[in-house]
Amino acid sequence: MISYFVRRAGIMALTMLAISVLVFIIIQLPPGDYLTTYIEELRSQGETVDPNKIAYLRAQYGLDRPLTEQYFVWLWGMLHWDFGYSFEFDLPVSDVVGNRLWLSMVLNFTTVIFVYVISFPIGVYSATHQYSWSDHGITLLGFLGLATPNFLLALILLYLANIIFGTSIGGLMDPKFINQPWSWAKALSVLEHLWVPVVVIGTSGTAGMIRRLRANLLDELQKQYVITGRAKGLSELKLLLKYPLRLSLNPFIADIGSLLPQIVSGAVIVSAVMSLPTTGPMLLSALQSQDMYLAGSFLMFLALLTVVGMFVSDVLLAILDPRIRLEGGVRR
Amino acid sequence: MTDMLRVENLSVSFSSRAGRIEAVKGMSFRMRAGTCVAIVGESGSGKSVCAQAIMGILPKTASVDAGKILFADPAKNGAVTNLAALDTRSEAFRQIRGGRISIIFQEPMTSLSPLHTIGNQISEALRLHKEMDKKAARAQCIELLELVRFPDPERGFDTYPFELSGGLRQRAMIAMALVCGPALLIADEPTTALDVTVQVQILGLIKELQARLGMAVLLITHDMGVVANMAEEVVVVYRGEVMEAGCVRDIFQNPGHPYLKALMKAVPLIDADPDERLVPLRAIETGEAHLLKARKNKTINDDGPILQIKSLTKSFAIRNRSFSLFKKDEDKVIAVDHISFDVKRGECLGLVGESGCGKTTVAKIIMGAINSDSGEIIYNQAGRQIHLEGLSDKELMPYRTKIQYIFQDPFGSLNPRMTVYDILSEPLSIHNMGDKKYCKEVVMELMQLVGLDPRYLNRYPHSFSGGQRQRIGIARTLTLRPELIICDEPVSALDVSIQAQVLNLLKDLQKALGLTYLFISHDLAVVNYIADRIAVMCRGHLVEIAPRELLFRQPQHPYTKALLASAPSPDLDHPLDFSSACHGVMTEPANWPEPYAARSGERPEFVDLGNGHFVRAHKNQPRMAHI
Repeated sequence: MISYFVRRAGIMALTMLAISVLVFIIIQLPPGDYLTTYIEELRSQGETVDPNKIAYLRAQYGLDRPLTEQYFVWLWGMLHWDFGYSFEFDLPVSDVVGNRLWLSMVLNFTTVIFVYVISFPIGVYSATHQYSWSDHGITLLGFLGLATPNFLLALILLYLANIIFGTSIGGLMDPKFINQPWSWAKALSVLEHLWVPVVVIGTSGTAGMIRRLRANLLDELQKQYVITGRAKGLSELKLLLKYPLRLSLNPFIADIGSLLPQIVSGAVIVSAVMSLPTTGPMLLSALQSQDMYLAGSFLMFLALLTVVGMFVSDVLLAILDPRIRLEGGVRR
Repeated sequence: MTDMLRVENLSVSFSSRAGRIEAVKGMSFRMRAGTCVAIVGESGSGKSVCAQAIMGILPKTASVDAGKILFADPAKNGAVTNLAALDTRSEAFRQIRGGRISIIFQEPMTSLSPLHTIGNQISEALRLHKEMDKKAARAQCIELLELVRFPDPERGFDTYPFELSGGLRQRAMIAMALVCGPALLIADEPTTALDVTVQVQILGLIKELQARLGMAVLLITHDMGVVANMAEEVVVVYRGEVMEAGCVRDIFQNPGHPYLKALMKAVPLIDADPDERLVPLRAIETGEAHLLKARKNKTINDDGPILQIKSLTKSFAIRNRSFSLFKKDEDKVIAVDHISFDVKRGECLGLVGESGCGKTTVAKIIMGAINSDSGEIIYNQAGRQIHLEGLSDKELMPYRTKIQYIFQDPFGSLNPRMTVYDILSEPLSIHNMGDKKYCKEVVMELMQLVGLDPRYLNRYPHSFSGGQRQRIGIARTLTLRPELIICDEPVSALDVSIQAQVLNLLKDLQKALGLTYLFISHDLAVVNYIADRIAVMCRGHLVEIAPRELLFRQPQHPYTKALLASAPSPDLDHPLDFSSACHGVMTEPANWPEPYAARSGERPEFVDLGNGHFVRAHKNQPRMAHI
């Protein structure tokens, strides 16, 4: 078991290294760099650009050095918790990202909780009452939830929240709290604004989760061991919770790997529409303006979360499912 | 009420798109306390549905339409409950289910949850029905695991089902069913999925526990051999109705109902007269083979064995820790260990052994589906000796037409998206043989040959029954006019009545087309019916090979003896010897006595006992004299 974890950790490190190379190459792929974009922008505003200043800036940011050198400088910095400098914001990357990271984590974590809390009971009900009217109704609602575009739902809910509860439109808090220190009032305001994006982002996830849980559970409910349990005299609820539900959970644990990066980056478009101060829109603009260290750090962070998420889900699966823990791979 | 269980006029039906289907139609029977009653019938006869109705675990689509299931619990001084009228979800029914009546299923592999330990699942039943804390429950479970002869019950309590062999899982299942001391145990095909040497142990266990705990056993089976050895009373069902019921001696000696008589005739016997032909319940009309036969006659003029296997060895690499409780860590499993035998032209060589003994591996190596580690496979092509093991895929192609394979599973072996015509003609198109007209003729003839209506050619496999599918599979192997057909358990997935039909078909085809069979089976009675010579395999070793009568009359190897002793015979005068110590023990090569035992650095050879009877033993052995 321990040797397995050590081996996995080694593979994770190698994966991260490979991803860093890829990320760096991809960011460099579009022609030009941040400064050419910057010059373009100044020119379009009719301002003249002093070539000396450009050359100075280029040397300052290290953009005149060969690519491999730039890469190693970046990599070396990251290993020392120095994520470089955001050209656009004129601040170190860690300062730019900091606050937004927390807010998006709060938002998306709440969304995940929302998805699980809503979809589990409904999915289980739907599976145990297969082909009943309630099941058909839930299925219909689920498809509606999957099919409605998020931004449309966002606009409708924002409107309703404003009309009915008087919540200010957009953002994660009332405008007066922005750049204010944290207080109870500010936290309450965040909570008041939070539910709209949570519902919007969570709807399709909830609908998808209901469908998947229903399908998984239906598979398990057919199995012989369920009848064995019933023949033992177990009550239906206990039976359901102990055997088929437990066995149908594996795919959801395996999902954690893709869930973690979603918590940080998720729902870029919705965030843009609702002008949420989360990291999604920031990643988008960083990529557009070729703000390479900001974009690179973001992507690396997402990659790290994916890899760690996969690791966590593998470990959890090994703990929860003795077949994975004890069987090893039997080869034919 | 003097009977413990009385089923009166029970009717169960399933709702389906085509309306209601009656699975059980007015079934009645009774059981006295402490007795063993067997319900016998083919698959689909409603015997399992009846058991499910008694347990109150019918599928959602099924419902009890009429009748009573009266259960008089001896523990409550015979207070009678009508289970058919009781709500299956009610507390009262749940108390009975698992507590007073319990059940064991056919599939020990799937009937236990893979995520919970054996002990967890057994003690759950105990704690549901009796007030008991965890510690006491554990103690009682371990006691019961000991009763069902679990090796090392303490450790067994904490193992997961997938770590155990099928036999051990079924023991765990029995322990779970018995832990609350039920008055009635329903055993739904408890040994059908198990090897014969394991079957005899499980049956012996059930019988012993029945006597010791004084419970009644309702045994559901299709195997007349099991019935003869276990039951006191028999209920024969057919299409949901009771055909005949009575005490076991009457049923076996004077079967009255035509169905029962026919069923008895369809069962192959271990000690049957070799010339006696089985009478299938539903006979099939087969056609003549003109096209296939015409060319056949030319090749049957060369002598010598058609296939020689010399010192064949194959091992598989494994990575797991331990699969059964006792196997030590090993990197390699030797599936086939220096096996040599000949297959004579025109004979049927039976290859017998239990699951995992390597018989299918041998067949696959001959087929070229997997490669051997070492050894020779020599095919006799009209007098030329061809070494198949060294050939490349391309060189092997012409010989692929000569050796064909019939699979065990009639459902998995036919592509569900191909029509019967496509299935039967595919081998021809693969080998680029014949034009469209020839193809059509051959396929039509094949259908008649296996007794299927050529009008069915445009249908898909799902519209055929298991037996019909198996016949399609047989027809497909004949398309290329093979010389050698490997039959890998071709009838073990079929009902008894269908089994006789397919066996007769194989016999007739062999005669008509001059085929050679390598017939792989775990069922000695089936092999006895069809094979001329029999080879016995155990744990990758070929232990004995002999003409049929000789093997059954004078088995030499301890494993062969154990195998013969374990096969239940549908004959009341030849009961199984449950107490015999040899069951199970002889499946381990380590337990074989001299001169069969493995010695370090010395491989046992085949000792010729005359008349084509060979046994694997050490030659230079003083005690050889009396073998």
